[in-house]
Amino acid sequence: MPNYIRLKAFGMLAEKIGTDSLEIENPGSSEALRRLLLEQFPALQSLTFRMAVDRKLLQAETDISAGQEIALLPPFSGG
Amino acid sequence: MIVNRFERQVILPGFGQEGQAKLKQASVLVIGAGGLGCPVLLYLAAAGVGRIAVVDGDVISQSNLNRQVLYGEKDLGKNKADTAVRYFQEKYSDIQWTAIPEFITVDNAQAHIFHYDLVIDGSDNFPTRYLVNDASVLLKKPLVYGSIYQHEGQVSVFNVGSHPCNYRDVFPNPPAPQEIPNCAETGVLGVLPGIIGNLMALEAIKVLAGLGKPLSNKLLLFNSLDTQFQELEIQPNPANQSALPASWNEFHQRDYTSAFEGIQQLTWNEAMKLMGQEVAFVDVREPGEEPPLECTGLVKVPFSTLPNELDRFEEAEEILCFCQSGIRSKKAAQLLQQTYPDKKIFSIRGGINALKS
Repeated sequence: MPNYIRLKAFGMLAEKIGTDSLEIENPGSSEALRRLLLEQFPALQSLTFRMAVDRKLLQAETDISAGQEIALLPPFSGG
Repeated sequence: MIVNRFERQVILPGFGQEGQAKLKQASVLVIGAGGLGCPVLLYLAAAGVGRIAVVDGDVISQSNLNRQVLYGEKDLGKNKADTAVRYFQEKYSDIQWTAIPEFITVDNAQAHIFHYDLVIDGSDNFPTRYLVNDASVLLKKPLVYGSIYQHEGQVSVFNVGSHPCNYRDVFPNPPAPQEIPNCAETGVLGVLPGIIGNLMALEAIKVLAGLGKPLSNKLLLFNSLDTQFQELEIQPNPANQSALPASWNEFHQRDYTSAFEGIQQLTWNEAMKLMGQEVAFVDVREPGEEPPLECTGLVKVPFSTLPNELDRFEEAEEILCFCQSGIRSKKAAQLLQQTYPDKKIFSIRGGINALKS
């Protein structure tokens, strides 16, 4: 099985990344993924966001396995 | 059976007279009577919640009318809380209404929230959202949260269940002001807050009537462009507890409206008591600022070079910053807090000027 993961970006993050859904090679951990994202999409550097792996919000850094879905979640304030 | 305006919900299995009685006895504080607050109010009132208060210090403007469906052209310039309550008083005589035509603040939040069983956050800015969250946590009140951005929405229920979450378990600290888009620049189709507001009303009714499974420990995401819902599991995170005010005293002293929310300010006296081995005591003034301060353990890191010297503080458990008047030290503390979210970081109120006086 190829070592890919699926990213789902929400809100302003999807705008900055240019798409709300993206398949990338698995960097192996949430820390490595964050580094990779900030490097590939420098516009994310100034944004607050949390990650969820397979629909669970991360409490701490974690390993990521092939095929997992990572949600990138910014806070919304509108009402 | 007596036929009344609730007949169609009373005959629902799982709701019944009992559910209706619970709603009748319940009280709800709705914070913000805007895009989210309007649909929330419409459905809580129609469902027969016994006591409803509306908090909003804002007035109705023309650009509100595409989504704030309680108001019309004749209401322009009027206060939202007053106008909403007047509308409902004519509609339903069996509900006790209270209009609170002011913004929620650290000074009035405790008194307002205390009197209600459940809080609805329909506000439109981060300072209010964090303030309402923290006050609801301190009072252990169920909080129904909803927010929107362009074509997306988030909904959750906080402070409910055996392992309750709150907003800080999702986003421990507010984003920096520069990353928040100006409200006036963010477009919205009225239907989106309509949908999110309806979901919020539903969650409130579920919590109050003991119906179904409220969205506690879950964050619901909705995208209106592809009509997709997604649910994320959230858990209480002990590491985020430090972001909450520990007491009402701390809550009252927080400046939620500034960018420095979360940075605790200390007086010199309080700061002196903290001094010790694991505490970094940092002068962030630039070289040459008078009077210089010399004492053991003092670290001098000018604010202008701090971004390049953040790694000097890796060992410290707590960091105390001061400057000339207390402004740069708050910025410095914020920068340090972003770098070290787990450390306790303080700014000394008034800086050297306060020491002199």
